[in-house]
Amino acid sequence: MVKVRLWGSLAEMTDGRTEVEVEAGTLRELLDALARDHPGLKPQLDRGVSVSIDGRVYNDAWFTPIAPDSEVVLLRRLKGG
Amino acid sequence: MALDDRDTATKLDFKVVGTRPPRPDGIDKVTGRARFGADMTAPGMLTGRVLRSPHPHARIRSIDASKAEALPGVKAVVTRADFPAEVPEDVADVLDNCMAGDKALYDGHAVAAVAANSAAVARKALKLIEVDYEPLPHVTDVDAAMAPDAPVLHEAGGDETVPEGHSRNVMSRVQFGHGDIDAGLAQADRVIERSYRTAATHQGYIEPHACLASAGPDGQADLWCCTQGQYMVRDTCAAILGLSQGQLRVTASEIGGGFGGKTTVFLEPVALALSRKAGRPVKMVMSRAEVLRASGPTSSSSVDVRLGMTRDGRITAGFAELRYQGGAYPGSPVDMGSMSAFAPYDLENVRTVGWDVVTNRPKAAAYRAPGAPMAAFAVESAIDELSKELGLDPLDVRLKNAAREGTKASYGPTFPAIGLEATLEAARAHPHWSAPLGENQGRGVACGFWFNFGGNTCVSLNVAPDGTVTLSEGNPDIGGSRASMTMMAAEELGIPYDRVRTVITDTGSLGVNDVTDGSRVTFAVGLATIEAARAAKREMCRRAAMIWGIDEEAVVWEDGAARPSGPNAGEHPPMSLAEIAAIAPNTGGPIAGHHEVNAEGAGVSFATHMVDTEVDRDTGAVKILRYTVFQDAGKAVHPDYVEGQFQGGAAQGIGWALNEEYIYGDDGVLQNPGFLDYRVPVASDLPMIEPVILEIPNPGHPYGVRGVGETSIVPPLAAIANAVSAAAGVRMTQLPMSPPRVLAAIHGADDG
Repeated sequence: MVKVRLWGSLAEMTDGRTEVEVEAGTLRELLDALARDHPGLKPQLDRGVSVSIDGRVYNDAWFTPIAPDSEVVLLRRLKGG
Repeated sequence: MALDDRDTATKLDFKVVGTRPPRPDGIDKVTGRARFGADMTAPGMLTGRVLRSPHPHARIRSIDASKAEALPGVKAVVTRADFPAEVPEDVADVLDNCMAGDKALYDGHAVAAVAANSAAVARKALKLIEVDYEPLPHVTDVDAAMAPDAPVLHEAGGDETVPEGHSRNVMSRVQFGHGDIDAGLAQADRVIERSYRTAATHQGYIEPHACLASAGPDGQADLWCCTQGQYMVRDTCAAILGLSQGQLRVTASEIGGGFGGKTTVFLEPVALALSRKAGRPVKMVMSRAEVLRASGPTSSSSVDVRLGMTRDGRITAGFAELRYQGGAYPGSPVDMGSMSAFAPYDLENVRTVGWDVVTNRPKAAAYRAPGAPMAAFAVESAIDELSKELGLDPLDVRLKNAAREGTKASYGPTFPAIGLEATLEAARAHPHWSAPLGENQGRGVACGFWFNFGGNTCVSLNVAPDGTVTLSEGNPDIGGSRASMTMMAAEELGIPYDRVRTVITDTGSLGVNDVTDGSRVTFAVGLATIEAARAAKREMCRRAAMIWGIDEEAVVWEDGAARPSGPNAGEHPPMSLAEIAAIAPNTGGPIAGHHEVNAEGAGVSFATHMVDTEVDRDTGAVKILRYTVFQDAGKAVHPDYVEGQFQGGAAQGIGWALNEEYIYGDDGVLQNPGFLDYRVPVASDLPMIEPVILEIPNPGHPYGVRGVGETSIVPPLAAIANAVSAAAGVRMTQLPMSPPRVLAAIHGADDG
């Protein structure tokens, strides 16, 4: 199981939990599991998120490996200028 | 590609990287030979012009273009009715911004467009288009737009994150942070509570938006335009117009600045629609007034901060509530501001709440570290004020609270190795920090944080028969990427800089490249360039091995040549790149290397700025006396450009802090759509801005490169506000600090 930290306002979609656990070994499995296990997150997941894995930010690379002890944090989809 | 898959051995000895060769676009730009968006022409070309709403908010009851269409020389008129009724959700607002639907949502909103034989006819035709408007109440201020009785732009209102009872102009709400703010504030010896406001500012690129579109009846289309991303233009226009991406070829022109403002489309779908209808190429060029009224700006903001500090300078809690208006559609960068506001600091108790609000203003576009400068202005001003009240050195306070490796960032993740402390230490050691100040002069410092991106990238490197090299990349060069890619290719191949030329290709020539944004190009395209060069080197080693009749594993590439290596390789004279290229037809055909990657996992970036100002107490005018930028570049590939990015960010920040401002009248109409009344800093306003490059290698890039393009605009607003506040003897909490506002503050303080 991977612990996933949510940003504050997302916790309102997970009954107030700021951290959830899902079964995932890759970024794709993580996003699928979050949408399946926590349907309240789905609107935001559909709009797009960035994911910090051990301090580095990923957007789309499905097969980025995630270890059980990885630090995983959901972030708003990053926008640059 | 995950970071762990990369060759993370950072190269440290360079022959080309780190030098300052002449820029490859220099001659073109100083002689006028460079072709910008408005320089493109085509046989039979028509001139396109846009009719724009004079109302900030109005229902469009009807549009009658029959008189315009009947005018001799007019070849096409388009309105929203000429675009598909249904488009994919992710481009619906983009289309509505390019061409209004049921309502005009801001002064300058496009409502119709014509294509005619000449600009004069096109202008005349615009006057013949009859639009029946029903003016509606409008709102342009972010706080006013949040009021329960504010005029509503979009009946549907915000998304599921907006609590009940809020104005429907609130589109979303975000919250970040950890700890307990009240408990943290209770531990403080002093607590400050302040509100800050910043005005909307424009990216202020010199080159207005321009494009030339040619769409045929066969579904094929070509578009030339100034943009930060030709693939974004292709995909967006294809989605809006129902074209296939492969049939629309987009070529990016030379670009006269973007700063984020050219990461979307404005004219391009309209020009394509006109061309399709007229059956002729159509060129469109915005005037400066159109640029200011209908493209670009960044959000204006209203931010409340609460900050607690102990007597010895430890920040016990930081809270900020940020309200950004992003113009007429959702998507202000308040989420980025909320994530970055306290990111430079290691705080136990931190929270930010962000509100994305719509108003009757042009849709905000990205602007260099979108959302972060306004947040930093508020937080860094509060830290400065509290430090001074407690008699503490503002650099010491920042160092005491600085985020470092292992800090849990205010937006969630734990930082890996980062360079903030290095910039603060460099600032403290710099002679600027201890230089004397005169009467009415003040010094300010501030820190800034920004994310850097990677993203989809595709490059191709081709070796010509004479041994010169062409590198094709798909990202418009807004900050020197042709120079830096040329240098990285030359470095890797072991050949001189002038043996490589880098070109920016059209969308048909390479796979997808994400927009030039997020400070991503030197990092991600550089990484792909190095990998493409390595692929070409492997191929050239293989060709040499064939010639020598040895295993390719027994060949290495050193100093621009293949060389036999190892005990069984035998004695062979090295074969240079030019020698291998010359016989390529005999050894298997042309030599090329290419690399395609989604280069994710970029690191973050920090900067510290220091500025001295002088305030004229009679006029309120502020003079920038001295300015120093300290920023980590990882590895400066071409230091001139890195310094230019540092200086450019500071210069834009100076404009944002002191003068630049979208001014709306009570009628909701923009009062200053021109560079006479919207004042950007000019050379005579600025001292030489001193850039101090720190080089802490980024382990995620083979040469240690870090993006540098955006972070430099994050600290200036606060650094200058802190300096002006010190010089004026009164705290400035609203931007711009224009002469009337500074004078009023001085008088207010004197009266008080």
